[in-house]
Amino acid sequence: MADKIAVAVDDLTVAYNYKPVLWDIDLSIPEGVLMAIVGPNGAGKSTLIKSILGIIDPIAGSVQIYDKPYHKQRHLVAYVPQKGSVDWDFPTTALDVVMMGTYGALGWIKRPGNKQKKQSLEALEKVGMLPFKNRQINQLSGGQQQRVFLARALVQNASIYFMDEPFQGVDATTEIAIINILKELRKAGKTVIVVHHDLQTVPEYFDWVTFLNVKHIATGPVKDIFNDDNLTKTYGINYKVAVQQ
Amino acid sequence: MMDITSFFTDYTLRTITLGTAVLGAICGMLGSFAVLRKQSLLGDAISHAALPGIALAFLFTGLKDSNVLLLGALVSGFIGTVWIRGIVTKTHLKTDTALGLILSLFFGFGELVLSYLKKQPDANQAGLDKYLFGQAATLVESDVNLMIIVTGISLVIMLLFWKEFKLLLFDKNYALTLGFNTRIIDGLISFFIVLAIVIGLQTVGVVLMSAMLLAPAAAARQWTNSLGVMVLLAAVFGAVAGVVGTGISASYNNLSTGPVIVLVASVFVGFSFVFSPSRGLLFKQIRLVRNRRDLHLKKTLQFMYSIVEKHDDISRPHAIRILNQFQGYSKGTLRQLEEKNWIEIKGDTWSLTTSGFHTAQNLYNNNVPQS
Ligand SMILES: Nc1ncnc2c1ncn2[C@@H]1O[C@H](COP(=O)(O)OP(=O)(O)O)[C@@H](O)[C@H]1O
Ligand SMILES: [Mg+2]
Repeated sequence: MADKIAVAVDDLTVAYNYKPVLWDIDLSIPEGVLMAIVGPNGAGKSTLIKSILGIIDPIAGSVQIYDKPYHKQRHLVAYVPQKGSVDWDFPTTALDVVMMGTYGALGWIKRPGNKQKKQSLEALEKVGMLPFKNRQINQLSGGQQQRVFLARALVQNASIYFMDEPFQGVDATTEIAIINILKELRKAGKTVIVVHHDLQTVPEYFDWVTFLNVKHIATGPVKDIFNDDNLTKTYGINYKVAVQQ
Repeated sequence: MMDITSFFTDYTLRTITLGTAVLGAICGMLGSFAVLRKQSLLGDAISHAALPGIALAFLFTGLKDSNVLLLGALVSGFIGTVWIRGIVTKTHLKTDTALGLILSLFFGFGELVLSYLKKQPDANQAGLDKYLFGQAATLVESDVNLMIIVTGISLVIMLLFWKEFKLLLFDKNYALTLGFNTRIIDGLISFFIVLAIVIGLQTVGVVLMSAMLLAPAAAARQWTNSLGVMVLLAAVFGAVAGVVGTGISASYNNLSTGPVIVLVASVFVGFSFVFSPSRGLLFKQIRLVRNRRDLHLKKTLQFMYSIVEKHDDISRPHAIRILNQFQGYSKGTLRQLEEKNWIEIKGDTWSLTTSGFHTAQNLYNNNVPQS
């Protein structure tokens, strides 16, 4: 494992209203890991990713991407939001959504051209969605929508990928297809950080894990820290019930 | 009734028609953004918030020049928008509460100033009332020119920032992570919506303005799944509503133009919600009935399959009587199954055909949602 730190979170505290949602988080993610973020509903997993990406302003603390603030390192980072965060009835096609992944590199006003279209088609191909490129997004299944979101992030050609529950509402085939893509990304030296819901598949899919429940509980290699002790600290004494769900 | 030739020779009417057409087009265009931002109420709040601006502009300048009054409307409309945003971000109040609050506050204040003006002895204020329900008949060439200029500018801005607008409308957080200043994009969209509302006040009025903004866009959404086509279609619907509405109200003396235009636009909405092929209620209902009937057939077929399955010879005939224990089978179902060549009927027996057998076999697989 390389010892370069891809993401460093320092004393991060976030609140939406008065109640703190994240409390004093310290977290370093080394380059090249495929890491799960786990924790119960409302633990602040999505909030953590959003504050790392500058979508939410924290009350205190800082975030560094390869030793620099996020806004200087955007080109190194790609984001897959939770599927439910957008309106899939929006009038547009699968290809058009994937093209949005090229907008950041294009900057203001400049329009995507043939090069961007080619990149987007390649990304659609990688996630097995090429035959659906002209499909309206409201006519895609949940798994297909998730693949489109993944393709949009792949087009960004980043070094660090943040994904919020990419397996939510997908069938078994799509889940395997997605995890294979994530493993490929890691093989290519990328850092992949995934909010994950299913504790049972953590050891199989990921090599690192972060336990989070408002506070940061533990981060490290799955084989060292994925144990009863940390699970209980995160999910409470009845965590086995949570696993069953 | 006036005849059609005077419609094209009458200079005033031509000006008014052109004005309402352009107004309909810009409202449709920008209304699409309001609809997709799910900010349908915003238009209502802004148009009501514009009223005190008109009244105060007159109070302070004493001028009834529509450009001066609309400038006042623009300022107070924009203040209203900024306040709504401020309330939503700084307090726990929900957006609709903030909209309702600003709407009543500004409209009430506007009415107050208007009633004060009415009590003034010189009575010069006559005509300000037209901004409540609009009076297209007062449109003159300079008003129409202003509309054309504003429409042109918003068209250019829209084409220039098309990609940014689309990104913001679909996924604002993602736009932020890509480094776009969403406040600027958001502000641009809001500014042009306010502008469209303000230039429509004289024609359609404070009260109906938001319908003018939303109706063409809501109708257009029913016919297409492409943002570009939706905006274009909304502009066309708006313009047609303007022209037709003006025509109707000119044909029947004393019908106010604004409400007629809005009514025509609402007819478009009603028609679109019922008759659009992909999203309309009518075709949805037809598809639903068809699917149900289809499902019904397949269930019967599956039941037959469960009987046949137990025997080695799939084409072996069975008594129709056996089906009696299966609810919902009827002579009609049998006939349709036969038409599809899934079964053969001989006397009072039926047998599955090979095609029927395979169809039944694959039924379950087909019902699993594809991923
Ligand atoms: N926009 C918001 N406004 C107010 N509270 C929020 C908002 N988003 C999330 N929360 C609250 O913050 C907490 C953490 O949410 P979230 O980060 O989405 O959790 P997770 O992703 O772990 O399920 C929850 O209690 C949630 O109710
Ligand atoms: Mg979440």
